[in-house]
Amino acid sequence: MTKVFGSLVANDRVDLSIAKGEIHALLGENGAGKSTFVKMLFGSLEPNAGTIRWKGEAQAITSPSMARQLGIGMVFQHFSLFEALTAAENIALALDRSTPIAQIAESARKLSRDYGLPLDPHSLVGDLSVGERQRIEIIRCLLQKPELIILDEPTSVLTPQEADKLFETLERLRDEGKSILYISHRLEEVKRLCDRATVLRHGKVVDHCNPRDETAASLARMMVGEEVQAVSRPDHAGGDGEALLDIRGLSRPAATPFSVPLRNIDLSVRAGQVIGIAGVAGNGQGEFFEAVSGEVRQPEAGAVRIRGTDAGQLSISARRKLGAGFVPEERLGHGAAPGLPLSQNLLLSRHATDSRTYLGPLGTVRYGALTAGARRIVQEMDVRKSGEDPEAAALSGGNLQKFIIGRELDRRPAVMVVNQPTWGVDAGAAARIRQSLIELARSGSAVLVISQDLDELFEMSDAIAVMHNGTLSSPVPIAEATYESVGLLMGGAEPGHKATAHAEGL
Amino acid sequence: MRIELVKRPRHSVLFSALSPFVALGLTILAGAIMFALLGKNPVVGLYSYFIEPLTETWSLHELAIKAAPLILIATGLCVCYLSNNWNIGAEGQFITGAILGSLLPVIFPGFTGPLVLPIMILLAMIGGAAYAGIPAVLKMRFGTNEILTSLMLVYVAQLFNDWLVRGPWRNPEGFSFPGTVTFHADALLPEILPASGRANIGIVFALVAAIVVWFILARTLKGFEVRVLGQSPRAGRFAGFSPRSMTLFAFLVSGALAGLAGITEVSGAVQALNEKLSVGYGFTAIIVAFLGRLNPLGVIVAGFVLALTYLGGEAAQISLQISDKTARVFQGMLLFFVLASDTLIHYRVRIVRGAGEANRA
Repeated sequence: MTKVFGSLVANDRVDLSIAKGEIHALLGENGAGKSTFVKMLFGSLEPNAGTIRWKGEAQAITSPSMARQLGIGMVFQHFSLFEALTAAENIALALDRSTPIAQIAESARKLSRDYGLPLDPHSLVGDLSVGERQRIEIIRCLLQKPELIILDEPTSVLTPQEADKLFETLERLRDEGKSILYISHRLEEVKRLCDRATVLRHGKVVDHCNPRDETAASLARMMVGEEVQAVSRPDHAGGDGEALLDIRGLSRPAATPFSVPLRNIDLSVRAGQVIGIAGVAGNGQGEFFEAVSGEVRQPEAGAVRIRGTDAGQLSISARRKLGAGFVPEERLGHGAAPGLPLSQNLLLSRHATDSRTYLGPLGTVRYGALTAGARRIVQEMDVRKSGEDPEAAALSGGNLQKFIIGRELDRRPAVMVVNQPTWGVDAGAAARIRQSLIELARSGSAVLVISQDLDELFEMSDAIAVMHNGTLSSPVPIAEATYESVGLLMGGAEPGHKATAHAEGL
Repeated sequence: MRIELVKRPRHSVLFSALSPFVALGLTILAGAIMFALLGKNPVVGLYSYFIEPLTETWSLHELAIKAAPLILIATGLCVCYLSNNWNIGAEGQFITGAILGSLLPVIFPGFTGPLVLPIMILLAMIGGAAYAGIPAVLKMRFGTNEILTSLMLVYVAQLFNDWLVRGPWRNPEGFSFPGTVTFHADALLPEILPASGRANIGIVFALVAAIVVWFILARTLKGFEVRVLGQSPRAGRFAGFSPRSMTLFAFLVSGALAGLAGITEVSGAVQALNEKLSVGYGFTAIIVAFLGRLNPLGVIVAGFVLALTYLGGEAAQISLQISDKTARVFQGMLLFFVLASDTLIHYRVRIVRGAGEANRA
């Protein structure tokens, strides 16, 4: 299969075969062409060249409904559910027939029992956790009796325990003779679950292999094409640095019916420390970041203190002037303005703190100084780009992220708050970003990292706190934290709860 | 079969710069076809439309008189549109400015001296800004659509002006024609070169305003704020800028400039407030702003081009005996071709056969 977007070859003669009753992994970094490939398979993108043979017959799959009729089902990474409707109603919407809701609810309940996917068909989607929402998608897919099920990064939104449950379901489906195409960039779970793997890099097939015969390192090498530098975290010398970022009793009502209210959050980040905040997406991390950065101000001045100054009522610019630096989750359109060149994106977060360098008399902008500053950051962070000063949108995700992180590191902030530092970033760039944040902390700054990637947090943090439903657990020192304990907190267990006592969501 | 617009991976800088000229060329071509369909010689038609007004000194003066309000209003609209605030009601702000600016010579004709004109100009700018402030505040407080509110306020201003010049402000010695007294000498804008024509200092205001706003937009932090908030409001908030204050700022600036244009028209060209004040400068200025690529320096050029269509319309009426409404046709075609070229710079047209659900996840 070949697919070309403009000048980009997203898929270059990709060959792949999936046998009956196998779990086949499609491995690759972000941007390797995995999503493009499955969209062609599912009929939502039209290939430029290539053929699809389904049970030996060449088929031109022109639409998702045709794919479904053939027996191909898909569970998307980003769910397409209506939050104001019940689970059963959402399922009914996707089915082309006019089956009564009660009947759908009944068959959904039966499927959920059979496959160990607990779900109440009459619950409102808005009230469900991400893991439960994924179950709706899976059940919706299974109701259409597919023979091939495509799952796009299914574990990226799950706690480790929820992921285990999902693997059991998938193994059961395989044993019933169904085929599964499993898309992921997580090597351990591919090794554990999959029978065969196809590795993509830059739109081309690098290799087909049996993941069980490979090591995580050899798979990573295939994906990335080179050795990935390991991140080193030197021991944190002094235990009790000064608390540079102090959050006391931070609460925030939900701004919209489906956003998460923050409840009484306490956290101190000390000089020299990296604190990680784990949590499944949508548990209040975005709301928390906005409150800490000052994009949304607090009624109580003492809720957020930066270097000993009450900052709760200060604007984001004033908080930056106190020495804080911020990197939001969304790169394009939040951390950077897509249509502006890098040099002007430098001004975006630095106009208040570095007004002497970048602004002249009458508020004029010193473009020369900006260009020089951008060049320095590009060099320091090894940002790969085409042209002297390209628009932010012209950079790849990883390179833009390196620039946005570098933009803050460049002024050596005393407090650094980063939301999803390496989301969608290739392995090499991710290692570099993590290393630079650790070095910033070790040079005496306080670093707060919010991430959904547990591997990343365990690699970087001195202590990990967990955000669940708008509350934050107290940080657990890294030496005492395990994937299991953090995973339980992510699922909403009380701190100190025994693993055996933890019951599944319903 | 279906026609799709596909985003180009990168847009050509050359064609971005050329697009106003391409649009102008296509407009002239379409105009020639229109003249031919009307049974007129296209060459004669285009000549009397676009060249003849430029051949005589007095009509160059008229060109400056028509260009001044267009440039003033369009300069303000650049600030609005770049910051993603869609002020469509400049015509209303133009009228309100003219009314408030006329207060002094109409109500207090006995008050004379060198202070009269500066006060009139100040009042006009305040009037225009205040009137533009209404849709801005409505947008900030209630999230109303500023396109609708600003547009509807145009009709309010037009009818109010109509009532004023037929009722309370009507010239008692005006033989019942609608309109105020003719302004006294201290309330009139000085002419630049009185010997050769009646162009007044309004065109100087326009050029100065355009250059000052260009400097602010291109070289200062305020201009950066305008562009960032216009392109991506979330990144603007992250930078510490407020989209709400920007809405107010953009509307006040463009309202004040539209008000200035209003008083320029009244105390310069017409010399009295009357019911024919509103000839659509506020709407034509939208075309000027886009033809000038939302750059005040480009707006200066575009302002003269659009002013020419007004003069050409009058000239064609005399020499070809066709309706001066053709001026509106030319303006409409110009806007159409500018927007079409801009769209085609960023997108290419693709014709899809078959009924695939393309590009949808």
